[in-house]
Amino acid sequence: MSKLLSLAEAIAKYVHDGDLVYAAGFTHLIPFAAGHEIIRQRKRDLVLARATPDLIYDQMVAAGCARKVIFSYMGNPGVGSLRILRAAIEAGRLEWEEYSHFGMISRLQAGAAGLPFMPMNPTGAADLERANPLIRRVADPYSGREVIVVPALQPDVAIVHVQRADAQGNAHLWGIIGEQKEAAFAARRVILTAEEIVDEAVIRSDPNRTLIPGLRVDAVCHVPYAAHPSYAQGYYDRDNEFYLEWERISQSEQAVQAWLEEWVYGVEDRQEYWARLGPQVHARLQVTPRPSAPVNYGQY
Amino acid sequence: MTEPPACSSSELMIINAARLLRDGDIVFVGVGQPNLACNLAKRTHAPHLVMIYEAGVIGAQPNRLPLSIGDPTLVSGALSVVSMYDIFALYLQRGNVDVGFLGGAQIDRYGNINATMIGDDYAHPKVRLPGSGGAQEIAAWARRCYIMTPHQKRRFPERVDFLTSAGFLGGRGERQSLGLPGQGPVGVVTDIGYLEPDETGELVLTALHPGKTVEMARQNTGWDLKVAPALRVTEPVTETELRILREELDPSGIYLGG
Repeated sequence: MSKLLSLAEAIAKYVHDGDLVYAAGFTHLIPFAAGHEIIRQRKRDLVLARATPDLIYDQMVAAGCARKVIFSYMGNPGVGSLRILRAAIEAGRLEWEEYSHFGMISRLQAGAAGLPFMPMNPTGAADLERANPLIRRVADPYSGREVIVVPALQPDVAIVHVQRADAQGNAHLWGIIGEQKEAAFAARRVILTAEEIVDEAVIRSDPNRTLIPGLRVDAVCHVPYAAHPSYAQGYYDRDNEFYLEWERISQSEQAVQAWLEEWVYGVEDRQEYWARLGPQVHARLQVTPRPSAPVNYGQY
Repeated sequence: MTEPPACSSSELMIINAARLLRDGDIVFVGVGQPNLACNLAKRTHAPHLVMIYEAGVIGAQPNRLPLSIGDPTLVSGALSVVSMYDIFALYLQRGNVDVGFLGGAQIDRYGNINATMIGDDYAHPKVRLPGSGGAQEIAAWARRCYIMTPHQKRRFPERVDFLTSAGFLGGRGERQSLGLPGQGPVGVVTDIGYLEPDETGELVLTALHPGKTVEMARQNTGWDLKVAPALRVTEPVTETELRILREELDPSGIYLGG
């Protein structure tokens, strides 16, 4: 049975006000198109979890979608600060819950495996444990030594962008694979967006590359360029100029709202957004092909 | 004797940081200046350096200057790409990383680092910083950690406002009692000189860059900075090091200014 939906349908059906949302992707394959659709549908009171909130959560917080963020590094990668999140936190307008990257990702790993918590070795830096009571210590029942534990994270909905998927949601992704697989297994509902929808035979030609199986996926949406201004390995480059531009835009509330008006509320979907970026940006983000050597699975 | 070539503070720090790496080291690299230091070392005295990036990339061979920790140029041609959980669990926690580079808004007397917030109340930060990312675990588990930071008084307080990454905590004995696998911060490269922990874990001035003075270092440190009896002067930067940095690694000067 096909799970193909438009992104607007998928967000309307599977993202509800108050949900805990995990939009996956460490720098790579960040599902910006889905974030923008959530903004357009004016979802409210979301708890937004991501290791690196990145511009996607800065924009969703600016649009008033969130009541809380859960994160482990709140910067504009390679540029500096996430100004909107930072200002909201400093002003006490936004709740937050904080981990190290390893703590954050261990929470997802536990959630994905159906375990109640995940242990980690101690680091000697205990201030975050004092600041966040969900980070605790237990005795290793074998050696008696203390380990740090974090509780499983099972988001209401995970949103994952991939290079290619079939209509059932069996998905190939490559390049930086961050925490997409863990998010898809941890979450109760999974929305997949894909650069390409391919025949099941393409997926079956390279089963080791299927990090997310269709059995975890609720909706599959064909959304080319969904990750811009982040990137899709082999499809288009990261738009570093926009990351720098956001640093400028996000200094003024007025500029942020004008940007949201033009690039989110003012477009119907990702196709219109991409067209509006124009041929110069398209050319700048083009990638020279560099295919891998094929592998031989053998005919048995 | 010819004058050493003129260079910026950033270039001075990057070049001196690069010299700390040993050929064959497996190094956990951050973007920006640490990335330049590692790539410079690889193109000079450490061709067998293995660069691991927090985004999950092992043995990266970047073709262009990576502008984020997850730049696609790190992936193409790398030895391996793994998940975030694997990079922290199998590589860092398992003890497969020799060197970590760290920075932070504050570094204190015992090499503890704050990258989380300025102020005295976590719940009401005066200035909210990005937070740990990978820094909490790198500081604990990489065998050797180096810190790079401009030498300014506000960056070197007596005590950090928030302990993001453990240095020697309240002194070397306290870190040792925890049995952390990494040795802790073994050196701090600044634009004035080089600090190293003494037997108590306190950072002391052990080297100055050419033309810098003890007075400059002491004035820009928030505690009563001790000076090692055998104070060295670092080797002047060379034309070769500067050429690689300026022409090959960061031709647009994105990280070299200042």
